Amino acid sequence: MNATSKDSRLRGNYILTIADNSLILAQRLGELCGHGPTLETDIALTNIALDLLGQTRSYYQYAAKISEEDKTEDDIAFLRIEREYKNCLLVEQPNTHFGYVIGRQFLFDVYHFMLMEKLQNSPDETLAAIAKKGIKEVSYHKRFSSDWVKRLGDGTEESKAKMQEAIDDLWRFTDELFFMTEAEKEMAKEGIGIDVSTFKEKYYEEVSEVLKQATLTVPENKYFTKGGKEGIHTEHMGYILADLQYMQRTYPNMQW
Amino acid sequence: MSEKKNWPLWEIFVRSKNGLEHRHFGSLHAADAEMALENARDVYTRRNEGVSIWVVESKHITASNPADNGELFEPAQDKVYRHPTFYDLPDEVKHM
Repeated sequence: MNATSKDSRLRGNYILTIADNSLILAQRLGELCGHGPTLETDIALTNIALDLLGQTRSYYQYAAKISEEDKTEDDIAFLRIEREYKNCLLVEQPNTHFGYVIGRQFLFDVYHFMLMEKLQNSPDETLAAIAKKGIKEVSYHKRFSSDWVKRLGDGTEESKAKMQEAIDDLWRFTDELFFMTEAEKEMAKEGIGIDVSTFKEKYYEEVSEVLKQATLTVPENKYFTKGGKEGIHTEHMGYILADLQYMQRTYPNMQW
Repeated sequence: MSEKKNWPLWEIFVRSKNGLEHRHFGSLHAADAEMALENARDVYTRRNEGVSIWVVESKHITASNPADNGELFEPAQDKVYRHPTFYDLPDEVKHM
């Protein structure tokens, strides 16, 4: 393998570690379309899903362009097997109840915003442009989810218990956000990708601050689990992909 | 579920672009003003309809009673001389 093809493969993998998070979270939020707790919240969550999907498309178009195989954005979205998806475990966790939807969103948004902040200065102009456009959307997502964490946490006895339950349960997936795959390490070394470990401390500070404002307890659990970024997913992933890929698998090459 | 029944109704006003006035777009439910603003953003401006949003809780609006329409509005119907239709407006004046 020559240097250029190694570079494009690494860069392709790197793009997927960012993009797959948005795709799978969008899919999870999409499941709620028509099922949100109120009409207004339903629309808000679907809006966020569409923002994420828009970002995903930009990333996949770029990944398809630099790929040496003849691939389209749809191939990348719909025709990979589970082990080839590089999203973190957090975003694939189910919509157990509204507390989980908000908790998952919040724990991801804080990370996502910090990542976009850095990525918009990447020397890779395409990635920088996607991040620059996306950061305004992500900034709103973070505002929405943080506000809801505070509302539920500092709400009724029941909403507080459910919000705490979700945070406690999802906490073990947060450390993976800062685990660096080979592609991430290589790209960071080349100055193109982001060394996510540089904002790990800031992440936990910001998350803790919101949780405190929400009168919730910051989990002290030190057991963390990971694997998604290297293709080892939780049991939920197969079901997500079954929904996501059904159309393309059943009617290959179909177009809207 | 019983909680959301307690969410008050809010009236939403959106200014679609600078220079225009805020117009009534509709109403929605929210627990407080901040949530009303976020909900309005998602419900009414997601297709790029606005540059500014006002929210006001519906209970703060005092409305005229339809039963009073006769005395309030009908006397104005036959007073054509109160309309500025006897002037030529320059084309440059838009949104009149």
